[in-house]
Amino acid sequence: MPKKYHIPVKPAEPRFHPIGKYATVEFREDCAGSCRQCVKKRCVYNIFNENVLHMAAMEEPEYLYTCQSCFRCIQECTRGIFSRAINPDYRTLGDDYWRAELIHRLWYQAHTGQIPVSGAGYRGPFVAPGFDSMWTDMSEIVRPTRDGIHGREYISTCFELSRRVTPLRFNDDMSIASELPTILEVPLPLLLRLPSDLVANENIRLTTAQSAKILGTFMFVAADDITPALEPYADFLIPSLTIENYKNHGEKVRRSRAVEVAFAAGIEPVLAEIRSLNAEAPIVVRVPLDDRAAERTCLLARADVDTVTLHADDHGNELGTESPRFIKDLIREVHLKLVEGGLRQQVNLVFSGGIAMAEHVAKAIICGADGVEADTALMLALECHLCGRCRESLSCPVELDAGIDAAWGSQRIVNLMGAWQSQLIELMGAMGIREVRRLRGEVGRSMWFEDLEKENFGPIFGERVVPGP
Amino acid sequence: MNDQMQKGTLPKTVEAPSRFRNTIGKYSIRRSSKCVSCGLCAELCPQGVHPRYEAYNQTLRPREHKCIGFDCKKNDYYCIDRCPEGALTLRLNPVLETLGDYRWTDEMLIAHWEMAETGDLPVVALEYNLGNSGGGFDKIRFRHFEPDAYIDVEDEKIDTRLVLNKRGDGRPVKTLSLPCYGGGMSYGSMALNALVGRARAAQKLNSLTCTGEGGYPEEFVPYKEHVITQVATGLFGVREETILYAPVIEFKYAQGAKPGLGGHLLGDKVTPEVAAMRETVVGNSLFSPFPFHSVYSVEDHKKHVDWIKAINPEGLISVKVSTPTDVDMVAVGSYYAGAHIIHIDGSYGGTGAAPDIAKKNIAMPIEYAIPKVHNFLKAEGIRDKVCLIASGGIRNALDTAKAIALGADGVVIGTADLVALECVRCGNCESGRGCARGIASTDHELGRMISEPYAEQRLVNMYMAWRKQWCKLLRQLGMRSIGELTGRSDLLVHLDYLEAAERASYQPAPKAKTII
Repeated sequence: MPKKYHIPVKPAEPRFHPIGKYATVEFREDCAGSCRQCVKKRCVYNIFNENVLHMAAMEEPEYLYTCQSCFRCIQECTRGIFSRAINPDYRTLGDDYWRAELIHRLWYQAHTGQIPVSGAGYRGPFVAPGFDSMWTDMSEIVRPTRDGIHGREYISTCFELSRRVTPLRFNDDMSIASELPTILEVPLPLLLRLPSDLVANENIRLTTAQSAKILGTFMFVAADDITPALEPYADFLIPSLTIENYKNHGEKVRRSRAVEVAFAAGIEPVLAEIRSLNAEAPIVVRVPLDDRAAERTCLLARADVDTVTLHADDHGNELGTESPRFIKDLIREVHLKLVEGGLRQQVNLVFSGGIAMAEHVAKAIICGADGVEADTALMLALECHLCGRCRESLSCPVELDAGIDAAWGSQRIVNLMGAWQSQLIELMGAMGIREVRRLRGEVGRSMWFEDLEKENFGPIFGERVVPGP
Repeated sequence: MNDQMQKGTLPKTVEAPSRFRNTIGKYSIRRSSKCVSCGLCAELCPQGVHPRYEAYNQTLRPREHKCIGFDCKKNDYYCIDRCPEGALTLRLNPVLETLGDYRWTDEMLIAHWEMAETGDLPVVALEYNLGNSGGGFDKIRFRHFEPDAYIDVEDEKIDTRLVLNKRGDGRPVKTLSLPCYGGGMSYGSMALNALVGRARAAQKLNSLTCTGEGGYPEEFVPYKEHVITQVATGLFGVREETILYAPVIEFKYAQGAKPGLGGHLLGDKVTPEVAAMRETVVGNSLFSPFPFHSVYSVEDHKKHVDWIKAINPEGLISVKVSTPTDVDMVAVGSYYAGAHIIHIDGSYGGTGAAPDIAKKNIAMPIEYAIPKVHNFLKAEGIRDKVCLIASGGIRNALDTAKAIALGADGVVIGTADLVALECVRCGNCESGRGCARGIASTDHELGRMISEPYAEQRLVNMYMAWRKQWCKLLRQLGMRSIGELTGRSDLLVHLDYLEAAERASYQPAPKAKTII
């Protein structure tokens, strides 16, 4: 068997205390002072260990991150001097899509490379808009492999950026007659692209490029931003071009393993020219996810394009409209349009925007994507708070603007992607699927809120009056 | 009526106070230094918020969880107004916002602690029937009761029994006194005292508890008539004798919290005792395989069932499965393979460690699965031959009643048992030394925070409080037995399926802002 794809995760400690959910409040004036039962000494999580130090050094208290809210200090203090509040910083963290708990879990994954595990059942809403209104299926007896999801047989998370040739044609002697393009395979259905509206400097790009190399995936980067420092990672970069600037980057086109061009009117001759410069490299076209995305993708599938990357905004919303649809529905639309036109096998689809959790990767693929892009999540792996200060040219609270250690940063990204891949494998294992390519468009392995309500509640309660989430 | 109920021997509720000196209640009462310890508040308060010992005139910390809060203002014993020194202040407890989540709200937790303490429904105004999840049970209500339907019978005469064997195959019928029993929690995931406490409570309540997959500790043997032996994919502790002990043997194909994944016991909890029981290595994480490596089809499943039936001719067979799209087919297959109990475990429940992604995303919530399976079994003509048990996200007495009305015969409870033992649902059951509150921990120090009698009595109390709720509901519905409620989904409404005017006549779904 080929060597098993393995992502080398290892702990990468945060540079700053991550913002924790809980803040412990002490009414110290009520403290008995010399109590032998002091709960601080008994804390199971040792959150009070450096309590004195941070008071002396005026540093941020570490327990803002480490308190696990077991309530024992509150309930056992002999004088009852403890109370607890939600950390005010936690309240302001993120926004309505990139919620605080989501950011917190992303930080954890970037820190440890581990799958978030907890006890005591699910604690969120029954159903919520977007990806949270679908569930993935499982099987009681079907298994993806003979010796478990972490066994010797492995579950493949590969997908391709190159075009597939269907059907293959054969000569009389059974040799292959079809002209076979170079196959460009990516070992996990995740490509990297740094968001353009947050801190973006060479240091961050270098960090991300390093992680692309370790992961064996690709990072999209504007061709103008490919500086000599990024050259060692050229094999893992996809230069992003426009029809205006592609002529300036002939050399980069020639030596890259894939090339991306932003969609624009009159793109066809540009694509032909790029193909003539580098016949081997798959051509990727970047299309905004708006109401014309499906139609344009069909057009591109008929043209000489291998992969289409479609991008929504960073909340996964449709572009260019007052009442946007969510990326889940947009993926369905584009995928089904291609299926209807008999074009789906002609082109690979990579979607981006709002991919914030491992489950979004699996669900996007179920909806019809071949792969997705990690974007804002990459910055969160580097401890970004999504405070938006950089958008106003203000300083970054976690000093991403001052430069970070690229080895540390790339490990954080590798950890996050590693945790996501492990979770994707868990979901696929439960479904009994051992190839991520087989998951594409496989809505039969998912359950949707509207369908479940209609099938199971419809016969009991009738027609739903209040629309779903 | 079963023997226990006929003899009126349902267990007594005895006050089982919190293990912790400072209780958490909805309200917070503070006594300032102005207090002169006159003792008036202690004399006034009928709830016993202000304890005071005879011949000891110092003040003690108020038992805040007993305080009925601002509702008390109308009473002439309202301590805040009556205190001659103005030393008392009352406010909503600020820690509430750090407690609870969408499914188990702060008030639901506090109310269940109170039920477990007193065996009665809380006096404090707490919402303990509805969570904040915005769907499923939290949007389902019982239809307005017909006033004529009310029957005036006392609780003792209302039948809340659950019959486990309806196959008529010559094996024992096995009847439990309550329409619920305890879910599997394995030796290794939980403190032994808590597990044995559950078994003791099951004995008192004429109910069952389940070993989970971690083996059968000797301490269970005295209660073996009330302990289900679980045969899970890891097969820990599955021996001829443990199969012979059990009145019910449960095959765990999958579990709702991590459907499609085997059981997880992380390394820190694998102490020498746990490792010895499971015949594994101390400190090594144990990921049970998934699925049964000997089952590739329903025929293979039948072989499993036959195997257990041959070993224990008196045992009933329960098959625990998760809730995939084809859960209805799985249920039918299990029946034909010889199962007495089909146990469907929905995706939102679970007590032990599970990947967050699995808990949230894999398999459907139990609210959908119950009518799906119930109707399919009915269409197949076998609904009366099988006991359908639901679990996974059933939190309280009303959820239980709704699950039964949707089509289940009874339910399995896990999380509520932990809450009765003062779990705060911090979710750290799996990490490091395990539960800081000594419930889900095998640590030598933490695992001894709970005593068996405490666990037993708290559980008995909670279930007896639930029984009061069921009896009240059945009286209002004009039913004498909870069995009459099974499949009566016509008695339910879902708020989102009602026109605005009618919807307004029902209690709205709670919508408090929750930070998780």
